[in-house]
Formats: sequence, structure tokens, C-alpha cells
Amino acid sequence: MFLYVLKRLAEMVPVLLLVVITTFFLAHAVPGGPFDKERPLPPEVKLRLEAYYGLDQPLVIQLKNYIKNLLQGDLGPSLKYPGWTVNEIIGSRIPVSATLGTVSIILAILIGIPVGVLASSYPNSSLDRVPMGFALLGICLPAFVLGPILSLLFSKTLGWLPPCGWGSPIHLILPALTLGLITAAPLARLTRGELLEVGQLDYIRTAKAKGISPFRVRFIHVLRNGILPVVTYLGPATAALVSGTFVVESLFDVPGLGRLFVTAIINRDITLILGTTLIYAVALLVLNLIADLVKAALDPRLLRKNT
Amino acid sequence: MSELALDTAAPATLWQRFTRKSLPLLALGFLVILATVCFLSPWISPYDYKSQNLLLGPTSPSAEHWFGTDLLGRDLLSRVLQGGLISITVGLIATLVALFVGVIYGIVAAELGGRFEDLSMRVIDIISTLPLTLIVVLCTVVFGQNIWLIFLAVGGVSWLTMARIICTKTRQLKSRQFVDASVALGQSRFGIIIHHYLPNLAGTIAVYATLTIPNVLMLEAFVSFLGLGVKAPMTSWGLLIKEGTDVMEQCPWLLIIPATTFALSLLSLSYLGDGLRDAFDPRSNKN
Repeated sequence: MFLYVLKRLAEMVPVLLLVVITTFFLAHAVPGGPFDKERPLPPEVKLRLEAYYGLDQPLVIQLKNYIKNLLQGDLGPSLKYPGWTVNEIIGSRIPVSATLGTVSIILAILIGIPVGVLASSYPNSSLDRVPMGFALLGICLPAFVLGPILSLLFSKTLGWLPPCGWGSPIHLILPALTLGLITAAPLARLTRGELLEVGQLDYIRTAKAKGISPFRVRFIHVLRNGILPVVTYLGPATAALVSGTFVVESLFDVPGLGRLFVTAIINRDITLILGTTLIYAVALLVLNLIADLVKAALDPRLLRKNT
Repeated sequence: MSELALDTAAPATLWQRFTRKSLPLLALGFLVILATVCFLSPWISPYDYKSQNLLLGPTSPSAEHWFGTDLLGRDLLSRVLQGGLISITVGLIATLVALFVGVIYGIVAAELGGRFEDLSMRVIDIISTLPLTLIVVLCTVVFGQNIWLIFLAVGGVSWLTMARIICTKTRQLKSRQFVDASVALGQSRFGIIIHHYLPNLAGTIAVYATLTIPNVLMLEAFVSFLGLGVKAPMTSWGLLIKEGTDVMEQCPWLLIIPATTFALSLLSLSYLGDGLRDAFDPRSNKN
């Protein structure tokens, strides 16, 4: 177990290195640079700036320097926000996105999985059709439609919640609800489908034939195996939520990583792009590992196959 | 021999199995009609999608303007059709690119097998670790607002899942006896791919295609939300919905109508995908 985790962590290093290299060349391949503004800078100023940030050196040298600093935990200076380091900028945004993402994914799990279990317990009844209809609708609506609708309902009409902003727990509700519902929809459908499939397997029929109570069969035998693909799905879904979502952050004026990332790309702020991409990649790899560990806890056979 | 006998005993064709359920058929009908109307819109739409009527301004749906008009007095029905023309084309092209790349990559990886397959799948793992936003936004920045290039790029990144699925399926096929038999008879690798793999993968490819189009449409909507999508006065469903959310309180029809069209299309594609999966795999029909 411990060895398995260690092995997986070691495997992350080359992947992250490749992610950094790929992103580095992608970001540099884009025409235009961080110092291109509406009014062009005098060429000598631009040259000085580029020399200051080391952008005048060959790409391979730049990459080597970046990786050298990265190994010491230094993500470099931001090219667009002078005087700020990428560590400081990202550090101020991580708690925001992590909080919002965590609350959203918990909400999604609390809504999506019970709804899926309920629907699969009574297939083709109204308890299945109605929630699954809503789930399908949730999959078909972009976040930037659901967000304003929720905002119109709870903030403008009912006046219960602030329409946007950040700072107190009450500001968290609307964005977390939007993200939670959007994520809960596919989760509910996936849970339902998997549970129905597992419910048809022979060992479930055996369990029922042995006279085990339907409740026990459903929650111990079916759920434990049927939930595995759902856990797989939750890994990347959680990573996407905790590393920031552009649409919801812009709608509700949340100062998170998602907006920072998109602005960085548009500004060609190369160090900031690299920093945020790295955060996402780390979140994804770590959460995939956690998902695999949860699956191994549910089905210990999986661990034996992998090590 | 017994397998052959079974096949002739139950000659339900794909189409017959597909038409057994009404919902996928209804979805297919809706999509065909919607796509036809959208593609004919340059000839049949009631008004020009970009001609403004500032004196008229925004009006709710009426006999002259079935879907109402937007802030600049442009006919919403014509704009929804024009937007559909763009969105559907973009969805189809990006999906075709994704299928083309994904299927070839997956089949080749599985057919060559061994270390090459491992390496190919690792490459996919690493590309999946890059945030999709990075690639999409970078492409829109590089290609300016040329929607065709953007969605060629979107298709270029949507093939990852396809390649993974196709690789797994091909690996399963590879160990089947009829493939062994074909190898023993001296069939070339290319011949096996064309005659054995592709026909057997057709179902998976069709199902996945119907599921990729909604993803591409969602991405298009996301790009429009960023303001990096098609340029005004040209329009797309994503852009119409985005414009609708800005004025949802004063002119709710500007949001409701495009959003409903968009949601119904995605819903239909989803039902169509389910129906196709059931038709290709009769065993999954039980529930």
C-alpha cells in the first residue's frame, strides 16, 4: 500500500516535467508577447524588459532556468504584474478556488449519488424518470445559463443571497450551487447506469436468492461495486473544480484561479500560465491517485493487479 | 456453424432494432429537421439575420417575428437558424476531426501493441493532464477569431477519449478467433483493420460521435462566453445564449428561445446516442 503510493508519486515527476515542457513551448509558440500593449513600447525599453526577465535567451536555456527555479519551489516573476511573483499571485487565489471547489464537489456528491441510487432502485418509475429528466437538463445547460437563472431567482426575486462577490460564507452559496448542480447531473446519470448494470450480475441474483434483505443487497453488494466508475469520474471532476472554473468565477465575481488562468493566457503572461497549468496538473494527478486509493479500499483486488 | 444459424434466425437489422424505441427515433427526427432548416436558412429564413431595425427595437414573439426581435430589432428566428448553421457545422467538423484522429490513433496503437501501445497511451495521459482551457484559449488567441481553425483545433484535442476507447476495443478484437483465422489466411494488417476492426468498431464510433458533438457545442458556447467565438454580426447558439443572459430580465425570450433550442439539440443527441448503443449492442437492451 505504502509502496504503491510511493511508486505513484514517483511516476508523477516525469509527467509533471513533460507538462511543464509542453506548456512552455506552447506558450512560447503563441505570436505576441507579454509586453505587447495597445501602445507599442519603445524598442529599447522592450529589449531591456526582455533582458531583465531573461526572455532574450534561447528557449532551451530559459526552460532550463525555469525548471531549476521550479525545483526550489520558485515559479518566477509575473511578466504582466510587475513586482509580483507567480507564487504570491497563485497563493492568494488557491484558497478561494479550493474552498469553492471543495464545497461544490461535496454538494454534487450529496445530490448526485443519492439521486442516482434512488433512480436505479425504482427503474422506469416516476422516481427514476423525473430526477433523470432534470439530470439530463442539467447536462444540456451551460453553466452560464444556470448561474444567471439561480441568481435571478435567489438574489433578485427572493433577495436571500448576494448576487456576487466573495468574502463571507453566504457569498459561497450561489456559485457552489451552480457548480454543484452542473456536476451532480452527470454524476446521477452515471451512478444510475452503473448500479443498474451491476444489479443484473449473477452474484446479485445469488445474494437475493440467499435471502439477504433487498436493502443490504442494494447498499452493500450493488453499491460497493457499482460506485467504482463513479469514483473514477470524480477524480478529474474534482480537479477541474478545485483548480478554478472560469465561467462561474466571472459570473459571481469570485477572485479564483480560473479567471487568473484565462487572463494570463490572453495576456501571454508565460510564467503565470505555467504556474496555473502546473497547479491543475498536480491537482489532477493527486486526485486521480486518491480516487484510485478509494477504489482500492472498495475493491482490494484492484491494488493487487496494479502493483 | 451454430453462430451462423443464430444470426439467420433473428435477422433484426440495425434499423429495426433502432426503431423499436420511440424516443431515439423522435430525437433523430428532431435533429434531422432542425439541421435541414438551419442549413436551408440562407434561402428560407423570414428575415436577414443581420439586418437591424433600430426603430423596432426588442419585441416579444409576435405574428411577424415568431421568436421576437433582439435589442437591435433583428429577427430572432432568423438568428437562431443562422446560429444553428454555424454551431451544427462546427460541431460536425470538430467531431469528424476527433473521430478521424482518435480512431486511427487507437487502432494503430492496439494493432502494433506491446511497448508502442504503452507509449501511445502514456502520450494521451500527458496530453489529458494539460487543461483543456489552455489549449482552447491559446488556439483562439493564435488563430484570431477564425471559427474554422478554432474548431479544427477543438476537434484536435477532443480525440483523446476516442483513442482510448478504440484502443481498448481493438485490443479485445485482436485476440478474437476470426482475426487469428484471417492472419492465418495471409490477410495483411491493413486488410484486417479495414475488414475486421472497422466494421466491429462501427457501433462504438457511432455512439461516441453522438456524444462528442454535445461536448463540442458546449466548448463553442464557452468560447463565445469568453468573447473569443464568432465575430458579430455573425452568430452562433453559444453567442445568442450569452447575449440572452445579459438581458434576461428585460427580454427573457432572448435567453429562453436560444437556450431551449440548444438544450433540445443536446438532449436529442444524448437520446440518439443511447438509442444507437442499444441498437448496436442488443444485450444492453434489458434495462
